[in-house]
Amino acid sequence: MLPEIEQYFRLEKLPHMWCPGCGNGIVLHCLVKAIDKLCLDQDRTVMVSGIGCAARASGYLDFDTLHTTHGRALAFATGVKFAKPELNVFVLTGDGDCTAIGGNHFIHAARRNINLTTIVFNNNIYGMTGGQYSPMTPNACRATTSPYGNLERPFNLAELAIAAGATFVGRATTYHTKQLTDLIIEGYKNNGFSLIEVVTHCPTSFGRHNKMGSPADMLKWQRDHGVTAMRYENLSPEERSDKFIVGVLHRCEAPEYTAEYQKLQEKFRGR
Amino acid sequence: MPGTWEVRLSGSGGQGLILAGIILAEAAIIDGQNVVQTQSYGPAARGGASKAEVIISQEEIDYPKVDRPDIFLGLNQESVLKYMDGCKDNALAIVDAGLVNHIPPSKARVYALPITETARKQVGRELVANVVALGALSALSGIVSRESVTTALLRRVPKGTEDMNRKALELGFNLGEQALAGAQAGHN
Amino acid sequence: MSSEPRLVQGNEACAEGAIYAGMRFYAGYPITPSTEIAEILAKRLPQVGGKFIQMEDEIASMAAVVGASLTGVKSMTATSGPGFSLKQENIGYACMAEIPCVVVNVQRLGPSTGVATAPAQGDVMQARWGTHGDHPIIVLTPSSVKETFELTVRAFNLAEKFRVPVILLMDEVVGHMREKVILPEPGELPVYDRLKPNCSREDYYPYRADWDKAPPMAFFGEGYRYHVTGLFHDESGFATEKPEVIDLQLRRLHNKIYRHLDEIITYHSEQTEDAELVVISYGGTARAVSRAVKLARQEGRKVGIFRPQTLWPFPEEAVAELAGAGKKLLVAEMNYGQLLLEVQRVAAGRCAVTGCLQTNGELTQPETILNKIREVYEHAPGN
Repeated sequence: MLPEIEQYFRLEKLPHMWCPGCGNGIVLHCLVKAIDKLCLDQDRTVMVSGIGCAARASGYLDFDTLHTTHGRALAFATGVKFAKPELNVFVLTGDGDCTAIGGNHFIHAARRNINLTTIVFNNNIYGMTGGQYSPMTPNACRATTSPYGNLERPFNLAELAIAAGATFVGRATTYHTKQLTDLIIEGYKNNGFSLIEVVTHCPTSFGRHNKMGSPADMLKWQRDHGVTAMRYENLSPEERSDKFIVGVLHRCEAPEYTAEYQKLQEKFRGR
Repeated sequence: MPGTWEVRLSGSGGQGLILAGIILAEAAIIDGQNVVQTQSYGPAARGGASKAEVIISQEEIDYPKVDRPDIFLGLNQESVLKYMDGCKDNALAIVDAGLVNHIPPSKARVYALPITETARKQVGRELVANVVALGALSALSGIVSRESVTTALLRRVPKGTEDMNRKALELGFNLGEQALAGAQAGHN
Repeated sequence: MSSEPRLVQGNEACAEGAIYAGMRFYAGYPITPSTEIAEILAKRLPQVGGKFIQMEDEIASMAAVVGASLTGVKSMTATSGPGFSLKQENIGYACMAEIPCVVVNVQRLGPSTGVATAPAQGDVMQARWGTHGDHPIIVLTPSSVKETFELTVRAFNLAEKFRVPVILLMDEVVGHMREKVILPEPGELPVYDRLKPNCSREDYYPYRADWDKAPPMAFFGEGYRYHVTGLFHDESGFATEKPEVIDLQLRRLHNKIYRHLDEIITYHSEQTEDAELVVISYGGTARAVSRAVKLARQEGRKVGIFRPQTLWPFPEEAVAELAGAGKKLLVAEMNYGQLLLEVQRVAAGRCAVTGCLQTNGELTQPETILNKIREVYEHAPGN
């Protein structure tokens, strides 16, 4: 581990519990690099996570960390941030945690535009329970609960967030680590709800069920299928079908919830 | 309980009966009495039959619901049919003369007064029928003092509506007093 | 507050009691018959420097309350039956992670949506056993507007002291009823704040405490950088699967409540000494019982009242004493016999235990209870 990021880890809790070749460690690395570049006060930064493989990340990080119930990380984080807006609050959640059981909290946190930086570890599967399909599992893919191929259609999470009112939306992969770090920095700087979707890989469940090869092969797949918006524009519909855009997908200005409430408090205090 | 009045105010949702109950209860507090106010209503904010109940007593009040009313107010037909039953013998019952056509057999002293009509024609707002009724009820029963009910009313109504509400209350007092005088003349 | 008597609704007394206790964070979702609590706090909290948020559902409300409490702010939510069911998972989380907070349930008629505006007391067992897993819980229940204020303050004090969620179990009768009350002046009722650690970060073990105590609680953002989880954890706060550590943790969660029953349990008893029959009741139903018992006394029947203000932990010792003295017990409640089960368990066959049970959407009438008193008084076997 690079010495400059060691301080952000609870070293005694390592090694982590993730499988060999899992992408979660890469996301974590990019997160702490972003925090380091942002020079955030470690004592004033909170990590909130839900349940699942990705959500275990909070335990390895040396901040105030809150490992909550399945799907509810954003709702707990809303309580933390709203009660103490001066804290930096990051939410670490997986695709099942965030988009299935936590889907309602996700759209409403985005709608409120509360200043939370949400990182969704999207590995297209429920890893911890052994590989069931999630709302982010592509159609026709195999999982233990879709042994004949997934009949359902996946969310486009970024578009969902934009429609719900998020003011910063970005997507990166665990192959595009520099970009991922930059997106987390940009997301943090946005004064409002930020989503960073990370396309990561689960070699044990998703990869194995769908014959994706080794972890390295899955990283190569990310490299070959994640394209910039500009490149995407120039692709034919056929070429686009298995590609996804990486980079900043959306950015806009809107009133931030806790700041608006503070104004209200100032107006009505003592009345 | 001795020295206890059980009051049931009923009508349709939106006629302001719960507010009338609250004002009556607050007037009784000003008079130094103990009070409990409860209500019963359905899912609809407007229409149907709703009731507000007030118990006024010198004693501590245990059971908060009205068992057998000493005083009953019915501002629409449905509420009279639903809630007037159970009045004590010789209870005071006030119903809206214009909106209640059928009064079920009862041993109560029934006064049919033009409450809503007074609100509409003399105040210009049907909305204050509850306040007219409160005035009539106070005058006919004497359970709260005129001053207290006026004070309680003015504390509760929105700013800018004080004059209108005061007028409605006065008209209600008059309705009640006239009815009382008429009844006494009848007795003589 | 003023010392003038005024007309106050039960739900309003709850909201004002919470502010009095220092509550400054409310997260909730509208549901009859608890909604007035949210409406009042939406208006009042910004005036006193507090925060109010209407969340997307009941689950989120409970989650936000826990998150806020971790930053050191006294927090609460209020709901009714269906919403109470939804909150259960995160109430369990608060038990496990030892997060102080208050959950108000203004009970309405169930099961399911039931009748939204009708009173019932069907959540006595849900309040006790609604979450999964095994943990103690504190449940308080008021039967007047004034008592609603007092027990709300007490709920916060117990939550802060024992680091637990405390349930204030109201019912529609008490929540919607308005009564003449004089609300307490500041300083009149005790207000307790949670203990904070006074050690350095290096020496702080967030879950290290005596075998029957709650540990001091650091606030998020103050430099302790600790971990909170709903997984079984050791005193450092990190997950463990070691049976001996799990056993220790779970025993402490129980002991911190059950070894302090004298501080937690309160009840009101009246005319029980000479009584041959004691009516056990709580909440709105207890008001009808008061009337019925007065009438029974007028008829020359020796009847008393036992009214627990703490439903859970159940005032076992006091009820055992009544049972041991051979008094007939009659449990009046608006359900089909929930507290009755507990009374029967405690009486353990030492006296006759009967229920006066009604759940039809109306507050039980004194007459109904009086008839049952007469029947039991005359016919149930005595000692």
